[in-house]
Amino acid sequence: MRRSTSRRPWLAEGPWAWLAAGGVALSLLMVIALLVLLAGRGLAHFWPQDIEAVTLEDGAQFAGQVVREQGLPGEVDGRERLYRTGNRDLQGAQWRWVDVADIDTRATPEDLVIVERRRWGPFIGRVVALEGPETRWTVEDGDTLWQQLDERLNRVSQLRSERDVVRTQYLEPLAERLANGEKVADDEDELQALKARIVNLQEAMQRDRVVLESLEGQQLTLTLDALIDVTRPNAMSLPAKLSSWGHNVWRFLSEGPRDANTAGGIWPAIFGTIMMVLLMSVLVMPFGVLAAIYLNEIAPQGRLTRLVRIGVRNLAGVPSIVYGVFGLGVFVYGIGGTLDSLFFADELPSPTFGTGGLLWASLTLALLTLPVVIVATEEGLARIPDAQREGALALGATRSEALRRVVLPMAVPAMLTGLILAVARAAGEVAPLMLVGVTKLASQVPVDGTFPFIHLERKFMHLGYHIFDAGFHGGDVESAMPLVYATALLLVLVILVLNLTAIFLRHTIRTRHRVRTH
Amino acid sequence: MLMADASPTPATLHEIVRDIPSTDRCFEIEDLTIAYGDKTALSGLSLHVPRHRVTAFIGPSGCGKSTLLRAFNRLHDLNEDVARQGRIVLEGQEIHAPEVDVADLRRRVGMVFQTPNPFPMSIYENVAFGLRLQAALPKRRRDEVIEWALESAALWDEVKHRLHESALLLSGGQQQRLVIARTLAVQPEVVLLDEPASALDPISTLKIEELIRNLKSHLTLVLVTHNMQQAARVSDYTAFLEEGELIEYGATDTVFTNPRLARTENYITGRTD
Repeated sequence: MRRSTSRRPWLAEGPWAWLAAGGVALSLLMVIALLVLLAGRGLAHFWPQDIEAVTLEDGAQFAGQVVREQGLPGEVDGRERLYRTGNRDLQGAQWRWVDVADIDTRATPEDLVIVERRRWGPFIGRVVALEGPETRWTVEDGDTLWQQLDERLNRVSQLRSERDVVRTQYLEPLAERLANGEKVADDEDELQALKARIVNLQEAMQRDRVVLESLEGQQLTLTLDALIDVTRPNAMSLPAKLSSWGHNVWRFLSEGPRDANTAGGIWPAIFGTIMMVLLMSVLVMPFGVLAAIYLNEIAPQGRLTRLVRIGVRNLAGVPSIVYGVFGLGVFVYGIGGTLDSLFFADELPSPTFGTGGLLWASLTLALLTLPVVIVATEEGLARIPDAQREGALALGATRSEALRRVVLPMAVPAMLTGLILAVARAAGEVAPLMLVGVTKLASQVPVDGTFPFIHLERKFMHLGYHIFDAGFHGGDVESAMPLVYATALLLVLVILVLNLTAIFLRHTIRTRHRVRTH
Repeated sequence: MLMADASPTPATLHEIVRDIPSTDRCFEIEDLTIAYGDKTALSGLSLHVPRHRVTAFIGPSGCGKSTLLRAFNRLHDLNEDVARQGRIVLEGQEIHAPEVDVADLRRRVGMVFQTPNPFPMSIYENVAFGLRLQAALPKRRRDEVIEWALESAALWDEVKHRLHESALLLSGGQQQRLVIARTLAVQPEVVLLDEPASALDPISTLKIEELIRNLKSHLTLVLVTHNMQQAARVSDYTAFLEEGELIEYGATDTVFTNPRLARTENYITGRTD
């Protein structure tokens, strides 16, 4: 009897080869599936989906975007469909399950709009009229109405940015000066003038109004400053939809969150994550590298060194929440509390450094990633042949000169490997951050134009925590879900970009130090 | 030509330095004992190294010849558990004296290792490495020194157009000559060569040997080698070590053609009886 291996040559390697290859294939598949799921669910959310006008068997009408369809529980043929209907203020909910059998007709009339509002989530329905101070345009005016609406929305957004500039650049600094008692004669008047100007701007933003009507027949009049965007997906061509999609993605990346993190963008979280990782790198690299140099190059190699080395390696396995507790106890309450009582006593009892913040979070993560950097750097140092050190010493270099001029430059790629591992670990860490400085909604990013520009004591937003908060702490699961996917995708991308940067850096240095093999 | 004496004793200092006048001695080693932990590498060794000559140390592996070589520039200081007794005098100065700066000693006593160990830098920077450790030279002067060093190491013509390429792109033989140039650039008085050609092909080996012969006009060279022909070809004096002791030391011609002791002859001729 012939053995099966000879009939099937691909089995000749035996079951181990298959098992190993299967392992690789499975890992690859899981990574790809993860990315596809995140990208598919996350990015589809920004697509301007058609709005259906649905008439039910009983004659009732409503409008909404199809979210998904599923079988009715307990029935064989029955299906139900989930619509996103918006109009939370009018209907009480913005999601509606409809039995497919109850639907009489479905249409996509071009005049249906989805209006993004500052409050109450989206409105879905029709625009009845646009009311200016003197004129009124109705649907009969056709394109003129939409043009006017666009123009007026632009005007409002210009006024808004003007108001923000006046507020942040003039009013707030002035108010702060006054609060600190640095009075100049005209300051009080100037403050009043600025306040009046802001009120003026706000009134100007409310000049125009739009009248909306839902398909159920309820009317709603909103001033334009309550609106963010008005789109008519049913009237859009594919390129227009694409550009709208791009615009939405950009807004997601560049704006702050709204509606208790269930809408809007995640810019503060992106910024907070990157800022924290950078600060963590700046803190961990010198410590880790110095510790590795001491352990490998300077300390006498004996039992104590071995013990320290084992300790360092074991620190890498401590659960991150333990580091969080440590950070809270030592950094926040200990050091932060002391700093407050020494330098910010006049602010007490409201804490400055005595509460979680960017600095403490970065320090905690630096501590968490320290073992990784030490181990990677030490391994790099150990790989450098003694011949290199002796070569430098034999030319009259002192030990520190040999270290600085020969050993350290050769160990840079290993240090960067340590940095890559540290960044990968730190950017994905959420648990300890919840204790030492992350917040669900930060009104200000930790970097701005007022001295000292980087505000290390501020709380910050983080992509990982944002996923947790938006997905599991909001009331509206349906609207949070796509944001969770999109945020998760972004977190993966941010880590990827940070890592690729370090890998590119390492590659450049390795090429310069390329070792020729004989 | 075996000795009549059935149990010959190791050479005494008196015998082996007879023909090296004291004014021509570069290194004087007296009663040197070196131990790593509880393993003795050299025991009570005395010898003089003549100035501007090539002295070769031969002997079986583990006989202590590399240890002896590394004692000349105190490179064994790097080992933590090393214990040393006895004196090493360089040009009248005990090198272990507290006022001696080890870095300066190592500049005066250069060393070339068994495997070429150029630094992962450009050819130019390799040669400039030792210079940059000293007082700053103006760039023009430095360039001159580097050209001179590369010429002395017979490498200049091969690399003059690629000085700023990585030294790691050179062949093994070129790398070893680069290491010699690097050593010469800091103008040492002595160059220690630890089996400098053992990792090289025959042609590169010949170039290195020729280089060694040329360098002795202004340098003292000490060579450790396993290659008897090489020792015979390039050295003026040869010391034979075995088990940490100096067995025989004399002019190379004498040691190779008419050794005093049977042990020496057996080693040189490869007999193992």
